[in-house]
Amino acid sequence: MKQQQATTQQGWRQKLLNIWFLLQKELWSLWREPVMLLLIGVSFSLSIYLAGSSLPETLHKAAIAIVDEDQSPLSLRIQSAFYPPYFVKPALLALDEADAALDAGRYSFVLNIPPEFQQDVLAGRSPALQLSVDATRISQAFSGAGYIEQIVTAQISEYQHKHRSNTTLPVELVLRARFNPNLKSAWFGAVMELINMVTMISIVLTGAALIREREHGTIEHLLVMPVTPAEIMLAKILSMGAVVLIATALSLHFVIQGVLQVPIEGSVLLFLACAALQLAATTSMGIFMATIARSMPQFGLMMILVLLPLQLLSGGMTPRESMPQLVQYLMLAAPNTHFVQASQAILYRGAGFAVVWPQLLALSLIAATLFWLSLARFRATLSKMA
Amino acid sequence: MTKTQSEAGPDLAALSKVAVPVARVQSVSLSYGNTKALVDLTLDIPAGKMVGLLGPDGVGKSSLLALLAGARQIQQGRIEVLGGDISKGSHRQRVCPAIAYMPQGLGKNLYLSLSVEENLQFFARLFGHNATERRRRIDELTAATGLAGFLNRPAGQLSGGMKQKLGLCCALIHDPELLILDEPTTGVDPLSRSQFWQLIGHIRAQKPDLSVLVATAYMDEASHFDHLLVMNAGTLLAQGSPAQLYQQTGCNTLEAAFIQLLPPELRALHQPVLVTPLAAQAEPVIAIAAEQLTMKFDDFVAVDAVSFQIRQGEIFGFLGSNGCGKTTTMKMLTGLLPASSGKAWLFGQELTSHDLSIRHRVGYMSQSFSLYNQLTVRQNLQLHARLFHLPEEQIAGRIELMLSRFSLKAQQHSLPDQLPLGLRQRLSLAVAMVHQPELLILDEPTSGVDPIARDQFWQLMLDLARNDKVTIFISTHFMNEAERCDRISLMHAGKVLISDTPANLAADHQDSLEQAFIWYLQQAGAGAATAAVSEPATLDQTAVPAKKPASRNRLFSWRRLFSYSRREALELKGDPIRGALALFGSLVLLLFFGYGITMDVDDLTFAVLDQDQSLLSQNYVQNLAGSRYFIQKPDLTSQAQLDARMRSGELALALEIPPGFGRRLSRGEPVEIGAWIDGAMPTRAETTKGYVLGMHLYWLAQQARLHGGSSTLSQQALVQTRFRYNPDIRSLVAMVPALIPMLLLMIPALLTALSVVREKELGSIINLYVTPVSRLEFLLGKQLPYLLLALLNYALMLLMAVTLFAVPFTGSLLALSLSVLMFVIFATAFGLLASTFTRSQIAAILLTVLGTIIPAVQFAGMINPVSALEGGGRLIGELHPASHMLTISRGVFSKGLQLADIYPSLLAITAAVPVVLLSALLLLKKQER
Repeated sequence: MKQQQATTQQGWRQKLLNIWFLLQKELWSLWREPVMLLLIGVSFSLSIYLAGSSLPETLHKAAIAIVDEDQSPLSLRIQSAFYPPYFVKPALLALDEADAALDAGRYSFVLNIPPEFQQDVLAGRSPALQLSVDATRISQAFSGAGYIEQIVTAQISEYQHKHRSNTTLPVELVLRARFNPNLKSAWFGAVMELINMVTMISIVLTGAALIREREHGTIEHLLVMPVTPAEIMLAKILSMGAVVLIATALSLHFVIQGVLQVPIEGSVLLFLACAALQLAATTSMGIFMATIARSMPQFGLMMILVLLPLQLLSGGMTPRESMPQLVQYLMLAAPNTHFVQASQAILYRGAGFAVVWPQLLALSLIAATLFWLSLARFRATLSKMA
Repeated sequence: MTKTQSEAGPDLAALSKVAVPVARVQSVSLSYGNTKALVDLTLDIPAGKMVGLLGPDGVGKSSLLALLAGARQIQQGRIEVLGGDISKGSHRQRVCPAIAYMPQGLGKNLYLSLSVEENLQFFARLFGHNATERRRRIDELTAATGLAGFLNRPAGQLSGGMKQKLGLCCALIHDPELLILDEPTTGVDPLSRSQFWQLIGHIRAQKPDLSVLVATAYMDEASHFDHLLVMNAGTLLAQGSPAQLYQQTGCNTLEAAFIQLLPPELRALHQPVLVTPLAAQAEPVIAIAAEQLTMKFDDFVAVDAVSFQIRQGEIFGFLGSNGCGKTTTMKMLTGLLPASSGKAWLFGQELTSHDLSIRHRVGYMSQSFSLYNQLTVRQNLQLHARLFHLPEEQIAGRIELMLSRFSLKAQQHSLPDQLPLGLRQRLSLAVAMVHQPELLILDEPTSGVDPIARDQFWQLMLDLARNDKVTIFISTHFMNEAERCDRISLMHAGKVLISDTPANLAADHQDSLEQAFIWYLQQAGAGAATAAVSEPATLDQTAVPAKKPASRNRLFSWRRLFSYSRREALELKGDPIRGALALFGSLVLLLFFGYGITMDVDDLTFAVLDQDQSLLSQNYVQNLAGSRYFIQKPDLTSQAQLDARMRSGELALALEIPPGFGRRLSRGEPVEIGAWIDGAMPTRAETTKGYVLGMHLYWLAQQARLHGGSSTLSQQALVQTRFRYNPDIRSLVAMVPALIPMLLLMIPALLTALSVVREKELGSIINLYVTPVSRLEFLLGKQLPYLLLALLNYALMLLMAVTLFAVPFTGSLLALSLSVLMFVIFATAFGLLASTFTRSQIAAILLTVLGTIIPAVQFAGMINPVSALEGGGRLIGELHPASHMLTISRGVFSKGLQLADIYPSLLAITAAVPVVLLSALLLLKKQER
């Protein structure tokens, strides 16, 4: 009989065809939901633009106030040395106002120039300036204090040199930042946001799509057809992965390179290959979570619990090496950690395959593990979903 | 006819007079996109009568009922219900306590995770009854419907018939004057159906002025109604009492009369079903065999040792009350459910759930619609044809055939959720048959399908069975369909009561299969529920002391608000994992981040390209390597290596000491040291830069002191830096107070957003449309439980911050708590706002996460202060309550701030609440469009 022939012919070709047909179904489902398309569009354009254009240089418009108890030419000189873009024009405070201003969070730094400061400097008495730093603004606290110290020191030396013999420092330290000479945060912010979006959207798309099939009973229909769980899962992973990958490529080209003018050093293709591996891992993760969650609200919460650590601890927000050892080790199991490392190397430092292969290998291993884990779980739970 | 004046409010008293119709429909048209549902329809619904609405699938019956109930917005024309224009919000508000609406679909407006009692309590509260009144009504209604014994069972675990009875109870809880029922008995077994109509009969006997409007596909039911409206293609074909219709058409059954009334082109489609008996076979081939098939769910036995054999080409009917195990048996035969014990064979092959080859030969149609709403009718057929491996060249022809056989041609490009129930059922059937299976397993395939289409479908099945030897295993609630089967099995409570030919079964019961069915079921003990119905005394008391609820037309009612809160809280209680994830998940995150996120930069890797190799150059390197900030890596040997190692990210800093460094320095000649910093991560680079410069200056000063030279450095001023509020610059102290607002924004917003969109996606949003609950009550009621959950969450996180993390808490607890209260009101309101934009839960999740994570993490000042941001991000940061909450949280934790210090920020948060809530209120619709 016809049908029997069909069953015997079922081979790899048929499997691929099944995946292809299911994949089309997934894409149609997404296409028919305009709000989703809009949200994906916004995620890969506006939010990346915002992240790229709003993030300040590390020390940017830092709010500083000066309590000038000296009112000497030197103290005026120091005052005038703080100007944008690193600092806002310093406000002058009376001594008793300083604490209240810091409390209210109006300034990150208050510099106190003591009385007779200039006299003491000229007399070589090494007077002390007091710098109060609001250390809750931790990102500015360190580098800002460093800058202020340098600026003040420089001003004092210059001032002294005018009054003394003109000597230069014996050894000049020439500092150059590589890969991002002006230390522009826009470059960094936009790409990190792109990575966050890749992770988030891919988890939502695959996981929530599976939960929806379950809540609407459509999964039951798939189960009476001659398709295997692996085919169902692969179709979901491939379709949603492809959507996100295309969005990533477009975003990189039009938003990051186009609008934000971020120079890309390395190979875009290599980056996209990394993104594809990352997507294999995150989409599998989405499926895995959907097999555990019993309802959409549970899935949503679970997603937040997974997504936030991936975003905040992968090294995309703060440097990895300064995290506690335990967190560093734990985060090695997260695909984002490797994806962030590889992306930074490729996009900023122009690294090639020879440099990033360890990350690619790690990503592949994680993706493969997650895939097999979620496939096993998917197989085991599928019959309970109907 | 004379009618007693009802206890209706004075404004409605006039309506109970007979002459005035309960509703008038004048030139009403309605279309969905290009599909016209109603075309210039004009009709009156007489008051105090039982009015039936008949017509083929998809002629606009449900649309008309939804319009009458006020659930759907009128596009064109005018509808008066209970003496006023239903398109006016004020009139709807006034009369909706007098209208009860039961939408199509089993338990569509019920909350399936809530128990029977909880559902009834919810509706009773919405209609403003007090506790004693609620108790009395619930007891009476459940006693009358036989639901009294199941008060604690979740609605989702009720059988279809019981769900419909519960739906009816919920509709009757407020003494409506107009009862609108959209196919209330579709998918309900005959016993429950007869009980259902008895119940309605009793209610009408007690309350003669009650008007009932019913859409139904059962002609035998409709023949007992007072007045019938026959519709086709959005227009009215005929109306009158059944007797008048018989007279008009010259037919003696309603089914025949109905067919006579249809336009000729539709009538032509109908031919009486020709039943040919199955030819006796000498050695019958057995298509399905089941032996002691058993299914247990925990300790509940759904199917109890069922055995049967079905011959090839036989049509085997499965009858039984709802929830008797028919569906479970069918699912076991399709391999969807692995049997607990027992065996089954399909075509002589033992069934295992992993066998793909057998699936090609089986077509299955499930009871509830389970096709893709996002694919068109045609695409659904195509997908299934392809997945069943039909040769590509045959697919188009096969689809055409299915479309024409099931009259779906006109709808082939429509999405299934835009189609009426009857057409969706046809699509499911077409899908089950598209791959020409040898065996069809059909679970109530004709529920909700109109009589003509049903007959067409049966003719088709008979042809398949007789000509192509297709075996058909079908379950149904229609007795005339059961009569067409070769054999039927009666099932009850998981057991097969009897299997025989329909004729033999009916023989002892006045040749009525329905009577036989009811007799067997009652024998088996299903009659318990009927006993209550046959005692109208219970209902007698219902109507007599009926007190009108006090708060009928009040604009705002706390009771209705709390009703939604309670419902939401009950659902949360029933899903403890959700609550636990929300509470403990945030604690885990706090723990993880509290330790994990750190802005301290240390352990920076560096390497040196020392081209001098003098004592002085080594001393310089030692100076750097000795600090706790830097870790020295093996020396660099060349520029190329410097380049490569920096590229790989191994080095954060590379130093290049030129040849002759030491010599030239001793001679006092100017020398330069090159320092390369990895700028890929700007924050880290800046900090590195600061460190290197500091170390460099320190080294110079050291050298100057050593050599006693007249260096300027030693005499320079000293900058003493004091890090305030967080003297050790512990990231924890800065991060924990920032994380608490972030988590308090995201999780509550997500939960509220989903709570509304869930109702939209699963259909119970209809209760907002047709009950007196106002939009504000609905929104605030939904918000309240999540607000409390968020506050509990706040308390736990605060406790953890102070105890476990030992973050010093220096300010006013009152100030922080007050701000958090306003902030979580904002967060939950934001979730509500997000829910008004989206229809599906996926989109709601995405929107809420995007709308909270981005502002909270990027722009609220968690890592970069708002004052340092630029452009759009700066604007978001300035306006978003998250940044104000962050300022307050950090201030109260670390800076000892009091209420007086934080009030500008608190005001900013508070100001956002009404803006967001009002937007949500305006965007939420009280009617379906």
